[in-house]
Amino acid sequence: MRWMLLKDLRILRRSPGLVALLILYPIVLSVLIGFALSAGPDKPKVAFVSLVPPERGELELGGEQLDLSRYEGRLFDAIDPVPVDCEGKSPLQCKDAAIDEVESGAAIAALVIPEDFTDRLSGVQAIALSGPPTIEVFYNADDPVKASYVEDTIKAELRDANLALTTQFTEIGLSYLDVVVSGGRVDVPVLEDLDILGLQRAEKIVERVRPEVSPARRAELDEVIRFSQLARENLDLSGPLLRALREPIRVEQTALDGGSTSLSSFAVALAVAVSLMFVTLLLAAGTLALEREENAFARLVRGLVSRTGLLVEKAGLAALCSLAICLAMLVGLGLFVDLEWSRSPLWVAALAVAAIAFGAMGVAVGAVTREVRAASLLCVMLSLPLAFLALVPSGAVAPAVYDATRAVSALFPFRPTLDALDAALNDSGGIVAPLLHLAALALAFGVVARLALRRFA
Amino acid sequence: MAEGAPAAAPTTTGPALVAEGIFKRFGAREALRGVSLSASPGELVALVGPNGAGKTTLLSILAGIQRADAGSVSRPPREIGWVPQQAALYGKLTVAENLRLFARLERIGDAEAAVAEMLELTGLADRGDDLAGELSGGNRQRVNIAIGLLGRQEILLLDEPSAALDPRQRERVWEFVLGLARRGTAVVYSTHDLQEAARHADRVIVLADGEALFEGSPAALGETVERAGGSHGDFEEAFVAFLRQRGH
Repeated sequence: MRWMLLKDLRILRRSPGLVALLILYPIVLSVLIGFALSAGPDKPKVAFVSLVPPERGELELGGEQLDLSRYEGRLFDAIDPVPVDCEGKSPLQCKDAAIDEVESGAAIAALVIPEDFTDRLSGVQAIALSGPPTIEVFYNADDPVKASYVEDTIKAELRDANLALTTQFTEIGLSYLDVVVSGGRVDVPVLEDLDILGLQRAEKIVERVRPEVSPARRAELDEVIRFSQLARENLDLSGPLLRALREPIRVEQTALDGGSTSLSSFAVALAVAVSLMFVTLLLAAGTLALEREENAFARLVRGLVSRTGLLVEKAGLAALCSLAICLAMLVGLGLFVDLEWSRSPLWVAALAVAAIAFGAMGVAVGAVTREVRAASLLCVMLSLPLAFLALVPSGAVAPAVYDATRAVSALFPFRPTLDALDAALNDSGGIVAPLLHLAALALAFGVVARLALRRFA
Repeated sequence: MAEGAPAAAPTTTGPALVAEGIFKRFGAREALRGVSLSASPGELVALVGPNGAGKTTLLSILAGIQRADAGSVSRPPREIGWVPQQAALYGKLTVAENLRLFARLERIGDAEAAVAEMLELTGLADRGDDLAGELSGGNRQRVNIAIGLLGRQEILLLDEPSAALDPRQRERVWEFVLGLARRGTAVVYSTHDLQEAARHADRVIVLADGEALFEGSPAALGETVERAGGSHGDFEEAFVAFLRQRGH
């Protein structure tokens, strides 16, 4: 077996193009997948126009000054703002210029803050009289994915802004209620300062005059006093109620399965798993099929090398090569992503067992297809769907379909490899179960390969 | 049962290889039906027959690549040299590396000496460092035969050794094989080229539909046809006439 191993290494060394392709292709592919998963979509380009004059960029709510530019800044974190030249233009022309940006394709959406935005928000009375301000959004729906994304982004940002404003309005409402209960001064436009008696003081006044009225009228005053007491007590409860209205439902998240792997760490595990799969499968399947294409298989198994020994050699060679490549990959990725180096023995264990499982699958593919080209094609055709199947999240498809994808994934080494690597890299769960799973798959694919070799020559 | 006069054995020792009653079935098709064969040291035995007659299957069973459903072979595969129809060597290795690899796999004590000897024997000493994939068809076949001989077995099986070779390359290969026979190697070869069988074989075995229809010298085949009332001009005509007489 040693001589066969050295022979295969020598042949690989003399095929630099093939080796480069074999190594670079999965690495490039896996890195792209990793980036695609961890980076998320680009920020949408949005033409943003605020028609609010600079001097009216602040508003007072509940005694607190709110700066509109603060909310604009938050919005700009979520979008890629496209500047609109409004120099010397009327508000309507400025709005049209923003719409032009969308129509020309420079921006996917235009967000227009109306001129009276802060005025309409500046007081409860203003909202009551003229309704809440309206922000206008114009977007291009040519690309449904982007349109949906920009819609979601803007809605999310406006939801946050609305929540902040609701908090302020709630505080104003509560201060008015406090005045109703306890009395005090209220600043009312036009009327300016207004002194409100309040329920508490009204009750005291009524109690004070009660002895002076006839017993027949006292019963009526008692009703007023009881109403006042009830109103005060119940209005005290309106504070918590109004605050609850700001955020009626709170969310407490608890992950039941899968640990707490960050997206970037998971992307590393995924990138390495994809590379391991490609390199091992292609090498194992290719080198075995090559023995037949070179007509050497029949000569070898005439007592020079046992069939099982040949399978072990090919799977072992592929596993060793891919282990070396993937360890180098992990070290390289470790320069960019925060990896826990103290867990490196677990990385090696996960990679080694996974490489053996993929090696066994590779020789099974090579033994079944019997030709290098067919073996390579089948490896590629199997790899991508297997990777995608293993990544289907629960809830994304119907329960029966999800169960089917899990069952199919369990028949191939990709999913347990991903679990083992995730556990080794990120401590996201037990590593023993996926390693045992991989060992069982290695055995099963080894048996398939050995049976297929009966008709290999 | 095969018929015909036995060919004169070139040596007086017993057969180097004896196969008896070989049966082989692929599904419903019977590929070999009780074929027997023997080859003495230094003897050249040709297996001829139409396509699908079972020649390659018989050689594969003698070489130990396939198992017979019934029958016996007197020697284990390791004691038989085998040269497949298509060169079984690695194109990305040099001639010497190919020989060295198989010498080591054969567990030959002095692999380097065996490589040097085979390079000398095949006349490829000056091509030892050439990649096998860059050799001509004839030279590849010579390396192929050399690998089959590395184990110094007394029996050599050749499956259509000169197929796809030009006349000059063919001649060179046959010079080499005849040299081996002269040194006492029993050679069993299959061929489609009847002239080649007539010219080089001491004995011919005609296979058709998995059955040995004739075993004897090339001249005896012609005589058999004449005895059956046919006529023949040369060996090829005799062969075709013989098959026609037997309904093939």
